[in-house]
Amino acid sequence: MHLMALSCQLEFALLKSVMSNLLENGRSVSAALFALMLAMTASAMPVRALDVDVSEYTLENGMKVFVIPDHRAPVVTHMVWVRVGSADEELGKSGIAHYLEHLLFKGTEKLKPGEFSKIIRLNGGEDNAFTSYDFTAYFERIATDRLELVMDLGADRFANTVFDDKDIKTELEVVKEERRSRTDNNPAALLREQLSAAAYTAHTYGRPVIGWMSEVEALAAADAQAFYRKYYTPSNAALVVAGDVDPEKVLKLAEKYYGKLENTVPTPKRERTQEPTPIAAKRVEMSDPRVASPSIARKYLVPGVNQAPPGVSETLDVLGQVLGSGSSSYLYEELVIRQKVASQVSSWHNGDTLDGGEISISLAPAPGVDVTAAEEALDAALHKLFKDGVSEDRVARARNQLVASNVYAIDSQFRLAYIFGAAFAIGRSVEDTLGWTSRVKQVTAQQVNEAAREYLKLRSSATGVLVPAPSKAANATSN
Amino acid sequence: MKFLKLTIVTLLVGLLQVVQAQAFEIREVESPGGLKAWLVSDKTVPLITMRFSFRGGTINDPENASGRSYFLSGMLDEGAGDLKSQEFQQRMSELAMRMSFDADREHFGGSFQTLSENKDAAFDLLRLAVTEPRFDAEPMDKVRGQILLGIKGDEENPGRIASKELLKTMLGDHPYARVPKGDADSVSSMKPSDLKDAWSAMFVRNHLQIAVVGDITAEELGPLLDKVFGALPAQGKKVSIPDLKAPEKGSITIVERKIPQSVMSFAMPGLVRSDPDFVTAYVMNFVLGDGGFGSRLMEEVREKRGLTYGIYTGLASWTNGGLLIGSVSTQNAKAGETLDVLRAELVKMAEKGPTEEELEQAKTYLTGSYALRFDSGSKIAGQLLGIQQDNLGIDYVIKRNDLIKAVTVEDAKRVAKRLIDPEALTISIVGRPEGIPLKTGEAPG
Repeated sequence: MHLMALSCQLEFALLKSVMSNLLENGRSVSAALFALMLAMTASAMPVRALDVDVSEYTLENGMKVFVIPDHRAPVVTHMVWVRVGSADEELGKSGIAHYLEHLLFKGTEKLKPGEFSKIIRLNGGEDNAFTSYDFTAYFERIATDRLELVMDLGADRFANTVFDDKDIKTELEVVKEERRSRTDNNPAALLREQLSAAAYTAHTYGRPVIGWMSEVEALAAADAQAFYRKYYTPSNAALVVAGDVDPEKVLKLAEKYYGKLENTVPTPKRERTQEPTPIAAKRVEMSDPRVASPSIARKYLVPGVNQAPPGVSETLDVLGQVLGSGSSSYLYEELVIRQKVASQVSSWHNGDTLDGGEISISLAPAPGVDVTAAEEALDAALHKLFKDGVSEDRVARARNQLVASNVYAIDSQFRLAYIFGAAFAIGRSVEDTLGWTSRVKQVTAQQVNEAAREYLKLRSSATGVLVPAPSKAANATSN
Repeated sequence: MKFLKLTIVTLLVGLLQVVQAQAFEIREVESPGGLKAWLVSDKTVPLITMRFSFRGGTINDPENASGRSYFLSGMLDEGAGDLKSQEFQQRMSELAMRMSFDADREHFGGSFQTLSENKDAAFDLLRLAVTEPRFDAEPMDKVRGQILLGIKGDEENPGRIASKELLKTMLGDHPYARVPKGDADSVSSMKPSDLKDAWSAMFVRNHLQIAVVGDITAEELGPLLDKVFGALPAQGKKVSIPDLKAPEKGSITIVERKIPQSVMSFAMPGLVRSDPDFVTAYVMNFVLGDGGFGSRLMEEVREKRGLTYGIYTGLASWTNGGLLIGSVSTQNAKAGETLDVLRAELVKMAEKGPTEEELEQAKTYLTGSYALRFDSGSKIAGQLLGIQQDNLGIDYVIKRNDLIKAVTVEDAKRVAKRLIDPEALTISIVGRPEGIPLKTGEAPG
């Protein structure tokens, strides 16, 4: 039984039509919304697909096209991925990538504000977008025979968005409300933000995707426009289409609509400040009257898939799984079952990044257990693992589960499109994505144990502790 | 065995053209032992997904044992038959299967997914969980600790506080107002015998509904259904639910919390799922606040004024009652303004209903997007179970778009007048809201 949410990597800009899917048969509202948020959060975990045919093309302007046929239902998922995310933002402009994503719904030379989404709706489709550290992506899900319409609109938006002053100001208020809802109203989210800021000394992964409120407030039309001009050029983007389609036909349409877009700027270089080798354990502690019970969050900075030596990223995937995925994982058995110092513990690896990756651990002390004691027990359990290693059995189970997660992923068309779009965004090839399963199968217990000793060092970690604080404002209820 | 050929039809009103999209077949499978399930066989992905539920759920929890069903939902994968908790968990992870349970107001549900190559072993593990749960003391204490932490967390979660207060104000002691997790005292004193009582009250074959999708044939499924559920008793007691009477007069409750945003839940009396006006109400509410962008509330509160990231309304329709319920959050200084806009929109909808154009657009979207609910095995299973729970019939998937299309603007206006009553609007606000107009009998927070 899992009661703890994973940390959220994506900022979903437009939470729309989320309840209609769940409500018509009469389910309750807030639970449905919450379930959806969790589902979206989970989809940020690294998963790659196995038995799928992917066709890859490059248009004359350099834009990539990926087509993944899925003929189970007469629907199609259309995505445009841009190789720019919050980690590409200039100092002082945090949040601009995400703000711009909102503004791409505000109209073009041809379309009025909001008209894009309205047309999609009138054709029975759903649309949305999301921004992360390394990418920004826009998607529509719609009946297959509407694909051409969506491509026409998508290409127009990619090149011809206009930035009207009034709409821009109103939308900035919306983004500020989004930040208040997601982060400022939620102490655990605030701690995660502080933890990332502490973990990174130089790299922009230390900044929140949604941006610091002080900087978001100051974002202007000119900032958005400059960012758009610099990064939204066809040679910096990919079209991903998954669904009931024929790849050659999709290519023809892509040539017609996206192929005509011109590169007005050179392909932007992603030259980010790289994180120096970590040499000191970082620590943040936060107390807040809104916290009900203490929790610990830790992240280790590890090489991302682009930096790691061959096989290491897959070894870290297995390590994350072995450590804390599910109720039969190492840390869960050690801390929840055997020692009973924790109520929940989980861990995961995210190496699907342009630059560095992370292994994260999240822990809730058992009721009555001191948070310091719980943290000591966590470190002791990790030391035991360094010393004794984990069994071949455990590693075999973790490998199986990761391989199976690929098969489960194929069930979702959205997920299929996401996997190949995200791989493009961080510069990984289709072959690399498809080969992940066979590489995971080769990971040995010895490699996992060596990786644990090598990468789970406190000096490359940041630990965040969140504790309750007594409230001055009594929790009064009045009617 | 009954066969029924279904076709999902997408109507694109813009072109006045009917497109037959794709056919898939829903079969009602009856097992040798007499259990029924709806099945969509599809070999494309080597997976089997099953969703099932027993009538019951948190409404079954006795008053002195709140949270009993929820507790049970956390215990069924914590040991069964000869397998103790960790052995059971290890077996699940070896098989890379997925199994979870949940309790809502009127149903106790199960979700199950397996690779088809492991189906016999995975279904056998499900059999153990369903028919021979152990309720050992040690895992029970572990799960108890997790639930207690969850309860504590909810007490500080603005959204949870707001909806709990709202339901308390509107529904009082009615079982529908219960929070699934229950209260801390009750959870602290929950015994294995309580869970066993909950299990034997709900886990009976005539309360069971099943949907299966994926790489399995009807011939293979029948015997597996008997294997998993066959040992359960055939008959259980009828579940009785008291009628619901939501107050006709609205009120505002403020729960003060030092947070930058005011988080609001609001509701009015709604209607039951079997109400003849349900579909009309669903379409009308789509225009009001269930459409994301394009809904009146989203346009007025977010798009025009930038007051919020999102405002939504939806129908919570149960067997014996229902609510039209919604949520919005905004910075504290704008709480009053946000409520003013909300009220004005409710008055407008109650008096004039949706326009012809709005109604047509809503119908176009709702019919055109129906196929999107069937694009994965787990989504199809979820839809098929929901249709069974609501007793809508195996041909609902065919009929559904016609029901939506049949809604007229006169119907929609009548139902808007019937349901939307700004005087009955009950609101609960968590935060430090400013500019809330308080009526007599209400005190500021």
